[in-house]
Amino acid sequence: MKLETVLKLPGFRTLVKGDPGREISRIFCCDLLSIAMGKAPADGVWVTVMGNRNTLAVASLTDTACIVLAEGVSLDDGTLKKAGAEGIAVLSTDLPVFDAALAVYQAGDL
Amino acid sequence: MSQALTFRYEIDGDDFTRAGEASSSMKNKLKQLGLDSDVIRKVAIAMYEGEINMVIHADGGKITVTVSDTEITMVLSDTGPGIPDVEKAMQEGYSTARAEVRSLGFGAGMGLPNMKKYTDEMQIDTTVGRGTTITMKVYI
Repeated sequence: MKLETVLKLPGFRTLVKGDPGREISRIFCCDLLSIAMGKAPADGVWVTVMGNRNTLAVASLTDTACIVLAEGVSLDDGTLKKAGAEGIAVLSTDLPVFDAALAVYQAGDL
Repeated sequence: MSQALTFRYEIDGDDFTRAGEASSSMKNKLKQLGLDSDVIRKVAIAMYEGEINMVIHADGGKITVTVSDTEITMVLSDTGPGIPDVEKAMQEGYSTARAEVRSLGFGAGMGLPNMKKYTDEMQIDTTVGRGTTITMKVYI
């Protein structure tokens, strides 16, 4: 599945579109950044409610392709700008974590 | 490269939201050097955990990274409080981080275990009241 499939999902707002042609590896859910740091898969979609600048740092260091912020969580403009510069997609949805991850899962063949 | 490359970083202990900038910068440099992505990921994770620890516990410090043909060596030095019980600190889930740090998603007691897990060698030299120096190597 390519990132563009995730970008088109209904109920997901694209805050930063990243590289739509990027191939997605897996979906990963975690709110503890310390754990995400060790386990977030490269080229993955990471679903979390933890929206702060450190979320982006962890995504960047783990080569995450796309951050999905669940429960209507957002990121400040400065961090979004940085995500754009680093080529990491950021989406926001009002769905809870499980439903958001399930929607991404069902959209692709992962 | 025949001669080892050295990179030095000063870690600011005041601003938790900026923690990770040194690791990000290092990661980009390793990418430019064309190193294997697995090696880069290991170095990035280990260095970031160390950088975060310095900011949380030691009011910052210094990181020196040396890249040779065969290995990447990271030396993280601080003049913080030191680690009273290294064995305990190495256990997953053991943490002395403040509540405000936990609320940002850290302090799960995974930092030092992650650093050990993602490096090939790790040595901790620490003295309570004087500071801590952690040396980590990732083989190329």
